[in-house]
Amino acid sequence: MTVYLPVLLYYVRIMAAKRTDVHREPLASPQDVALFMRDITKAFPGVLANDRVTLEVRVGEVHALLGENGAGKTTLMNILYGLYQADSGEIYLYGRRVRIRSPRDAIRHRIGMVHQHFKLVSRHTVAENVVLGLAGAPFLVPARAVEGKILELGERYGLKVDPKAYVWQLSAGEQQRVEIIKALVRGADILILDEPTSVLTPQEAEELFKILERMKEEGHSVVFITHKLDEVMAVSDRVTVMRRGKVVATLPTSEVDKPTLAKMMVGREVVFRLEKAACERGNEALVVEDLWALSDRGLPALKGVSFSVCRGEILGIAGVAGNGQKELVEVITGLRRATRGRVVVLGEEVTNRNPRRIADKGVAHIPEERLKMGIVPEMSVAENLILKRHHRAPFCRGFFLDLREVRRFAHHAIEEYEIMTPGPETPAKLLSGGNIQRLILARELSGEPALIVAAHPTYGLDVGATEQIRQILLEQRRRGAAILLISEDLEELMSLADRIAVIFEGEIMGEVSPETASLEEVGLMMAGEKRGVVL
Amino acid sequence: MKRLGPFVFERRLAPTRAAILGYSLLAILAALIVMSFIFWAYGVSPIKAYSVIGRTTLGSRFGLMEILRRAIPLLLCGVGLVIAFRAKFWNIGAEGQLLAGAVAATWVALFSGVSGPMKLPLMFVLGFAAGAVWGIIPALLKVKLQVNDVISTLMMNYIMAYFVKWLIYGPWRGPTMRGFAYTDLFPRDAWLPLIRHSKVHWPTLVIGIAAAVLAALILSRTRLGYEIRVVGDSPDAAHYAGISFLGVSLWVMLLSGGLAGLAGVGEVAGIHHRLLEPDHVSLGYGYTAIIVAWLARGSPLAAIITSLLFGLIFAAGDEIKVTLQMPFQITGVFNGLILFFLIGVEVFLYWKIRVVRGGKETEWAGKAGS
Repeated sequence: MTVYLPVLLYYVRIMAAKRTDVHREPLASPQDVALFMRDITKAFPGVLANDRVTLEVRVGEVHALLGENGAGKTTLMNILYGLYQADSGEIYLYGRRVRIRSPRDAIRHRIGMVHQHFKLVSRHTVAENVVLGLAGAPFLVPARAVEGKILELGERYGLKVDPKAYVWQLSAGEQQRVEIIKALVRGADILILDEPTSVLTPQEAEELFKILERMKEEGHSVVFITHKLDEVMAVSDRVTVMRRGKVVATLPTSEVDKPTLAKMMVGREVVFRLEKAACERGNEALVVEDLWALSDRGLPALKGVSFSVCRGEILGIAGVAGNGQKELVEVITGLRRATRGRVVVLGEEVTNRNPRRIADKGVAHIPEERLKMGIVPEMSVAENLILKRHHRAPFCRGFFLDLREVRRFAHHAIEEYEIMTPGPETPAKLLSGGNIQRLILARELSGEPALIVAAHPTYGLDVGATEQIRQILLEQRRRGAAILLISEDLEELMSLADRIAVIFEGEIMGEVSPETASLEEVGLMMAGEKRGVVL
Repeated sequence: MKRLGPFVFERRLAPTRAAILGYSLLAILAALIVMSFIFWAYGVSPIKAYSVIGRTTLGSRFGLMEILRRAIPLLLCGVGLVIAFRAKFWNIGAEGQLLAGAVAATWVALFSGVSGPMKLPLMFVLGFAAGAVWGIIPALLKVKLQVNDVISTLMMNYIMAYFVKWLIYGPWRGPTMRGFAYTDLFPRDAWLPLIRHSKVHWPTLVIGIAAAVLAALILSRTRLGYEIRVVGDSPDAAHYAGISFLGVSLWVMLLSGGLAGLAGVGEVAGIHHRLLEPDHVSLGYGYTAIIVAWLARGSPLAAIITSLLFGLIFAAGDEIKVTLQMPFQITGVFNGLILFFLIGVEVFLYWKIRVVRGGKETEWAGKAGS
């Protein structure tokens, strides 16, 4: 009874809160300004991240904040959320000047934020994460109190996630759902979404847009950070474009088109279609047969996956995060054990081989988690560039590393891949996201690999870096490399891949050609419908 | 960005060498200041205490030699711990590994039947091996069974300490020692040569300095060192690169334990010339070496300097005991204070701290890092 009493009290409080919600003063008329940030300036050592930025978000609008990575969107929103303090400038909420010193202040002002890089405690469950820091949570077993709420929100918004699951067991997509739930549970009036659709299917994105629509009707305001033009056009009422820490313009979405926005954002014209020579089918570089594997939670994540990739071909794997892509990549590269089936690279079976043996065979791996897996943050750019080949000539002779050779290679790679770094001795962690990805590509592609496993290679990168990386992949394809491209960006798959296989709950739903398939068709397959050529 | 009362913390990325050095000195200074209150509470004038310490340690040949003698085991254990800590293997077991080395050396000296010029080298070799074995056990436990390395290495210390006790009270108790819990004295060919008029067993000192240089070379210029750093900095990246976690852990603990084992050989063959109570064989050198390694911040060469610093503290402890009639345990207090402040200054290395008072902000911690 002592255990249940606080829970009971909690529900009473939730009910009370709901009642006050109903009786709350109606929010002001749509023309009113919900959020006004004036002349916000924020400098970091060496960078002026925000230079007198002014942002006005009206009540009941979805306001897109568009800009390349490094344009200062996230900094601005971090200031709004109290994570940073502006050097100068003011913030007004519903016409009242406020000081936001911490996320706690922000939450008190009913501002919710869903970060691009999730702020979750990976060893805690979903419910524990949601209840963490939640005002009015009971002292004893607080997590249980929100489980119902999570399921209810999941039902209402299609944010399906098991409240009892541990966060480390979840895919990136599922983790993002938890973040959205966290903000919703805290009753945010102003919701900041930092690139929210990057892990969703088109259908799910549609659903998210519908949620945003509903939130708008109830007088909520949404700030939608993105660098995807289609999303701006699809979802926003107005758009503020930022470039290099400054606001370029704020415009009603109905009055602009994609090319104009792209030009504002990048400062130059952007080519959307990539040149792609016709595919020549050569010998098979990768054959996967009836592959089975377990997830971290010990549940079947791959259930009999079969496909093959030829030399000079890009096979795209489409699917919502958490449908077995991570496990597929890990099994092929030797990071996870296959429980059944075969992986054959260049005619030799490599199933469950040591990752080093597989890499030595000519398999490059561009990992999904760049910072966690792709680089060693404290070590220098030069040292990071030889990871995986540090045990072989020319970098290693006997017991010793050839530091001269390491430096020479670093200079060469920095130049060839245009890695922006103060020098080869700089710790890799100080590079920006795009340059970290260039570093990884330089390392992985330098050995002329026969097979490239690329997991979300452009996720979170700005337009310039994305373009460059796509060109590099196409170049590798021309060279004769087989590329397995895992991506959640359907447009990317459509423009790069020769064939697209769709994965759902650990099974390949079918295979389509990007020339003939429509986005809707692929979207339906991503949601579990078998279509196209079933293998 | 964090806030605590009037203090605002902002994260900074890479502290410079100068900042690390400066803040480390600051920590030692802070420990000295707090220490002077302890002297004062003991009824000893801190000024007098520090001048006595200065005169008797740094101010005389005898004192300098005492510092060196204490620094030897600290250096060997400290270099080993630097290697382990670089791989984020938290070896708290240098004390036990040191004792394991002492036991092996004692066996060679008294029971192996070996004699002549090969005896001392054999003592070092087997001492290294015994320390390495004692270090490798927790490494295996960690990699194969995910047993926490802090707990297992710490517990191994007690096992080895009680094993030593059992040996000296039981099978190895010296028949000529009239019932005392010692082994017999080692024969002369198992005594390490000393620098004249001192207790500095110089061969161990040479080995220690060589170990520091070698460890620095291994870490910066070899494949093993590279892999150690990758594993320590990012286990996920190590896994991704196909670096064997087991291999690296075994190597690291082999070196770390082995070097501590050498320290144990030095203590019994250089100073005591017999195996005795574990807390007389080592005055907690294996634990103090943790601070030595921490203060060296991943650099084996820096461990030469930090081990001398702690050698000084031990030598000062002796003087405090004799001249000022304070307990020797005062060194433990001092070591604790230094470690406390060292960990305390970490906050300045990785956070920039400003004081906010009514909207006015003042820069608080220097401009190091940036």
